Amino acid sequence: MIDRLHNLVAQKLGVRREYLGRLSPLAYFGMAFLAVVAFVAIFAPWLAPYDLTHMDVTRQLEPPSADHWLGTDENGGDLLTLVIYGTRVACMVGISVVSISATIGIILGAVSGYFGGKVDEVIMRLTDIMMAFPGILLAILIIFITQEPSLLAVILALSVSAWAGYARLVRGQVLSIRDQAYVEAARALGLPSKRVLFRHVVPNTLAPVIIQATFGVAGAILAEAALSFLGLGPQDMPSWGALLDQGANYFLLTTHLAIFPGIAIMLTVLSINFVGDGLRDILDPRGLTRH
Amino acid sequence: MSKFLVRRFFASLIVIFGVVTLVFFTMRAAPGDPVDAILGEQAAEEDRTALRECLNLIDEDGDPVPVIEQYVLFWGDVLNGTLGELCDEPGVTVAERLIENIPPTFELALAAMFFALMVGLPLGILAALRPYSWVDNTTAVVSLMGISIPNFWLGPMLLILFSLTLQWLPNPGAGVAGLSALVLPAITLGTAMSAKLMRMTRSSLMEMLNQDFVRTAKAKGLPSTKVVLKHALRTALIPVITIVGLQFGALLTGAIIVEKIFARPGVGTLLLDGIEQRNYLIVQGSVLFISFTYVIVNLVTDLVYAWVDPRIRYD
Repeated sequence: MIDRLHNLVAQKLGVRREYLGRLSPLAYFGMAFLAVVAFVAIFAPWLAPYDLTHMDVTRQLEPPSADHWLGTDENGGDLLTLVIYGTRVACMVGISVVSISATIGIILGAVSGYFGGKVDEVIMRLTDIMMAFPGILLAILIIFITQEPSLLAVILALSVSAWAGYARLVRGQVLSIRDQAYVEAARALGLPSKRVLFRHVVPNTLAPVIIQATFGVAGAILAEAALSFLGLGPQDMPSWGALLDQGANYFLLTTHLAIFPGIAIMLTVLSINFVGDGLRDILDPRGLTRH
Repeated sequence: MSKFLVRRFFASLIVIFGVVTLVFFTMRAAPGDPVDAILGEQAAEEDRTALRECLNLIDEDGDPVPVIEQYVLFWGDVLNGTLGELCDEPGVTVAERLIENIPPTFELALAAMFFALMVGLPLGILAALRPYSWVDNTTAVVSLMGISIPNFWLGPMLLILFSLTLQWLPNPGAGVAGLSALVLPAITLGTAMSAKLMRMTRSSLMEMLNQDFVRTAKAKGLPSTKVVLKHALRTALIPVITIVGLQFGALLTGAIIVEKIFARPGVGTLLLDGIEQRNYLIVQGSVLFISFTYVIVNLVTDLVYAWVDPRIRYD
């Protein structure tokens, strides 16, 4: 995948691909760590030392010990087990939010940039309105009205808040290549607009979208954790953010609950950002996307 | 320029219109009866009727109000600046509750921004002056960590270190006001912004240092500090202005989290309490306030940008 993109970009810029540089060691570290996270998420039930429903009310908020490597939470559940299951929520949220929001954003942005005129005006005003809600604010509002937030509700709320960024990015890209000779040629051949747009234009706008989507995974994981920290996360699954919420409540009593879930979030997000930075060095040597 | 001003101003008005509309319909899209959600299903019938009337769901005669009329009434509350009267405290408006809570939130946001500028700008400049040196590499990794560490983790970590272990700074909710109670919240909120500023300043200044006018300044024998600070940095800071403006919105939503961690009063705490008590008016009022502020800050940022960079295209 990366190799193919690498070739594509080199071809587009008209340079030998060796000049584009290689993926940095940090990016490799990031990919290795993310592979571990994915492995843990898939095999969580076999890796976790305890059952997810295990609770021992006589052993609440215990610091790390031989029985509970990372200690226990406020219900006497095993923190390591909860952190392991938390990778599932993080992966599901990260991947689904980016897939949904990037798909909506690419379609709307491409249509907006390619056809221009009234359609463009309407879609762009819509993105302006979506972007007037900073960060997780719109997601907070959506979760508030759904009352009992489920994982699905959180994913949808975050997707609704995130598509506008992709739409703007793709629109800009489409505008810059819409009038290139090969697009004209495709039109001159009499291909339908839909085919020209999605087979000839959009694929050539994807390099910066892939970079933004990579950072988007990190953003979605952070946003879900933030919602859970505020008590607005999925109530049906253990989330790192909810564990940190407990940690912040009990930090005067014990510190392990605040430390370990945070390390999990930080390492995951840091790894994704390493990969994103590495991809940008390769795919976007002219710095079109800024973090 | 004036054409640009007018256009930009009208674009902001459209956005405000859209925000109000979106918030209204989102609140009305709630599944189930909001009155059940607020009062519980066992509530007395007269309480329910009173609340329905207060929320403009029914009129004085008990007839349901059409959605369009509710929407118009909603606009009335926005335009007269009250954002509606609270149902549980007659005579108190949402705007009054917001006004009480704005100063601590702005104090926090400005302190965080000050911290971010104080840390982000100098480190970004240092990194740009010595690219690929150890300073640059260290700041690159540190800034990536600053972006990756969530503020709801950084806050508790700082508390554990500085107020629990070292006991240099007060605990949250200890009733201590003043500067010492603002230090940790400001660092917690400002770290991510300082990291982004650092990266932006670095890349922007590095680009400028390769420009012809900087080479000319060097060639005519100006001292290098003067070349960097007066010629390159001034131009390099122009795109940084945009980041500061855009990040202000992140500061406002970040403040919701930081106020929770440090048990500070503010708009974020008002919003969270409103969510907990299922107070629809407080929730929609706080969301509207944060969005409006963000839209206005972005408008001002754009105008400042156009003012300092006359090359900007006005279309």
